[in-house]
Amino acid sequence: MTRIVNLSRRKLLKAIGGGSGLVLGVYFSATDRASAIEEPARPLRAGFEPGQLSPNVFVAMDPTGQVTLTVSRPEMGQGIRTTFAMIMADELAAAWPRIVVRQSDGDAKYGDQITDASRSILIMERPLRLAAASVRQMLEAAAAQTWRALIADCRAVDHEVIHVPTARVLPYAQLVKTAMNLPVPNPDKLRLRDSSSRRYIGHAIPSIDMGAMLKGKTPFGADVTLPGIKYASIERCPVYGGKVKNFDPAGAMAVRGVEKVIEIPANPAPSGHLPLGGIAVIASNSWAAFQGRKKLKIEWDLGSNASHDTTAYRAEMQATARRTGKSVRTLGNFESAYAGAAIRVVGEYFVPYQTHATMEPPVAVAAFENSKLIVMAPTQSPQTARAVLAQYLDLKEADIVVRPTFLGNGFGRKALHDYICEAGWLAKATNGRIKVVWTREDDIKHGYYQPICFQRLDGGLDKNGVPIAWRHRTVFPSLASTFHADQVLPDAAQLGQGFVDMPYAIPNLRCEVGAAPAHMRLGPGRGGLNMAHTFAMCSFIDELASAAGKDPANFLFTYYAGPKKIDMKALGVDYPNYSALIEDYPLDVGRLQNVLQFAMDRASWGDPLLPRQGRGLAVHRSFLSYAAAIIVVTVAENGQISIPRIDLVIDCGQVINPDRVKALMEDSIMYGLGFALYGEVTVKNGAVEQRNFDDYPVARAVITPEMHIHVVPSGHPPTGAGDPAVPVIAPALCNAIFAATGKRIRTLPIDLNLLKDAPATAPVPTAGAPAAPTAIPLTPAGPAPKN
Amino acid sequence: MVKFTLNGATLSVDDDPEMPLLWAIRETAGLTGTKFGCGIGECGACTVHIDGAPTRSCQMPVELAAGKAVVTIEGLSGRAAKAVQAAWRQLDVVQCGYCQSGQIMSAVALLSHTPEPSDRDIDTAMNGNLCRCATYNRIRAAIHTAAKMMEG
Repeated sequence: MTRIVNLSRRKLLKAIGGGSGLVLGVYFSATDRASAIEEPARPLRAGFEPGQLSPNVFVAMDPTGQVTLTVSRPEMGQGIRTTFAMIMADELAAAWPRIVVRQSDGDAKYGDQITDASRSILIMERPLRLAAASVRQMLEAAAAQTWRALIADCRAVDHEVIHVPTARVLPYAQLVKTAMNLPVPNPDKLRLRDSSSRRYIGHAIPSIDMGAMLKGKTPFGADVTLPGIKYASIERCPVYGGKVKNFDPAGAMAVRGVEKVIEIPANPAPSGHLPLGGIAVIASNSWAAFQGRKKLKIEWDLGSNASHDTTAYRAEMQATARRTGKSVRTLGNFESAYAGAAIRVVGEYFVPYQTHATMEPPVAVAAFENSKLIVMAPTQSPQTARAVLAQYLDLKEADIVVRPTFLGNGFGRKALHDYICEAGWLAKATNGRIKVVWTREDDIKHGYYQPICFQRLDGGLDKNGVPIAWRHRTVFPSLASTFHADQVLPDAAQLGQGFVDMPYAIPNLRCEVGAAPAHMRLGPGRGGLNMAHTFAMCSFIDELASAAGKDPANFLFTYYAGPKKIDMKALGVDYPNYSALIEDYPLDVGRLQNVLQFAMDRASWGDPLLPRQGRGLAVHRSFLSYAAAIIVVTVAENGQISIPRIDLVIDCGQVINPDRVKALMEDSIMYGLGFALYGEVTVKNGAVEQRNFDDYPVARAVITPEMHIHVVPSGHPPTGAGDPAVPVIAPALCNAIFAATGKRIRTLPIDLNLLKDAPATAPVPTAGAPAAPTAIPLTPAGPAPKN
Repeated sequence: MVKFTLNGATLSVDDDPEMPLLWAIRETAGLTGTKFGCGIGECGACTVHIDGAPTRSCQMPVELAAGKAVVTIEGLSGRAAKAVQAAWRQLDVVQCGYCQSGQIMSAVALLSHTPEPSDRDIDTAMNGNLCRCATYNRIRAAIHTAAKMMEG
């Protein structure tokens, strides 16, 4: 049966944070995800595009043979427009140059359109194939009719139909008009093409948008303009939940180009998708709006979060992590096993708030005309944006159009729609056309932060070095706190990201979670909670290996024991499995072992290194994919580190576009290094202390190491590639630093000063060592040429 | 009123003379290939060529552009530009693409005066251009590829 995704309004509203079982509208619950695919499709019918062969909403062919594919996922660098086109082209037997890609608007007819959690291919592969197959079969039927031949003898190949017995050929263009008058094939009768006929899937196909991008012609959200548009810049309260007490617009109004100053009412915390509120300066250009903002006089009511301080908060979290928490997974008897352990190991791990810092800061254009709202903006979920706007502005969804633009990064930030609501609110209030422009400072100071997280692990080994006890406690403010008040414990979806899914076979186990009240607006980032949890979990297993005196890779192999598929239900663990059915996507220890073995073979695990060098590894399953990293690090006497080599292995099931997966792996390495080395948001008196890339640095070109990417050939169904490799980078790096120096890094970002004068562990030097790579500076290098 | 040439055509800007050139290019002239990323010269997304030199347009008051020749991604031409664009295509460098105008402007400027750059030359020239998709690896390779194309 054809299953074209079609979310009902009820589900949509759940998806914007009104229901249970969801995190911020970003992860659907298992049932919602299943029904998104299983819900009966609207019948395939012809004529979605007048004058074209278009039996469904996704694929249309005009009488010249040009194919228009409507892509129902926003593009933010993951290459989805190209990948969807590849899936479609193989099923349609289309010629690549005849394909045009267009972006869907937020209309429900295209089904769920959210880009998040690395699930687009998982959800959309089959509907796209069916949509393309219906067009192809109609063209084949048209050829059969023209030749009065058997359909079975007519085969589509490369934008033509061939009559196999006679080798006659008709190009698609000559068949379109006939095909338009034929009945649309019953979904049950669609025949999918054999994988041996594929020309695109599995091959390196360059981005379909490359030509425009090389000329600066790709329309990002920041690039949208309309005649008569005004530019708004908004001064927001430095503290989350604060509001304007009073303000004086006079100074701003005196700035050349400033036209209006308007207060956007504050939305009390938790404000979800809604604007923080503040004073908007509206001007004839962005610069004038920025200048006007500087002249505003505002007195703030800072509210109850004004005492939030990350140093004090860390101490509170640490105290919580030292107490018994709420148990979410138990096996055996941790206490007695730990009490009887011959060796006990304790590790306390800390990850600070981080923020997305998308290359394109949040930006949105809204036009309110004749009681209708049109929004053009970079959003990861146009439908969510539309539903949120309707609620916030008291408009009917039918009176709102949301057109997603290209995104200059998303990372989860652009699945949260405060900036779009600001534009919509201002457009409605001024009955006009508004572009809300966020500065980088706005972005760093008013983000949706990835949660600060404190973890404590206690491990026990018996006298033979066998791990017999493992207790992991995590403490972090819940992402759900952005939508719901009084959320002090995170939900199962968050705890299912590298915490309860601990894969080691240790007989006495406890996973506990501690309460943490939220004081900041939070949102999921790349890699999700796996970033913090994997850092701790993969570091701590390394600690246990070290305490046992064992090689970390062999240790891992040994304790990836027991049944190859971990049955979380049988263990009584609430495990949403990234909203996918556990029967279809099991937690497969065999695949963990496989990526580890792959990495060890490719990275020559065990080969000797130079003095002051170490090799570290980390292995993890997240977003249903499996990743392993092995990093070689050199630590100089002054604490500087350099990375001669990284091997990264990914098993993300069947790969549609191998070069794009490779690119995402290169990207994942650098994102992971930035996370490990730089990213830290600190808060004092409730306000973020950082402001821009000078004090919130991210990975730069100079630290790019030698990368070796290995994509595991796999027959498993395709799973995510954007997120799953990022979490293993930080623990692999820290384990490598430990191997090189004996210093265990338990706090991120890594304080390289701690590595100064670290004693070198002394592996045997080898001859013919490669030239030293560029050292990673103690403080990140600033930009090279300035004016 | 400030006058300069933008991609060969004269542009007159009647605005705050301290307004950065970036906003004159994007909003006055409507050429949006040049991007805003940080506003403090830290990210390179706004890089343009001024009399051939790579310049952060967010840091240059428009009045200082008076009489100069400003070239943006939309007006890029010449041997180095062609080679860079071909190499970018060949290695499928781009991910989200937002920073790539700036990356390309920096790379073309580098190859225009250093036709055979070393890795170190590339790092020095390109380290001011941030890419949150971290396409650095491919950019470095593509610059070497472009250099080879220019030889041949």
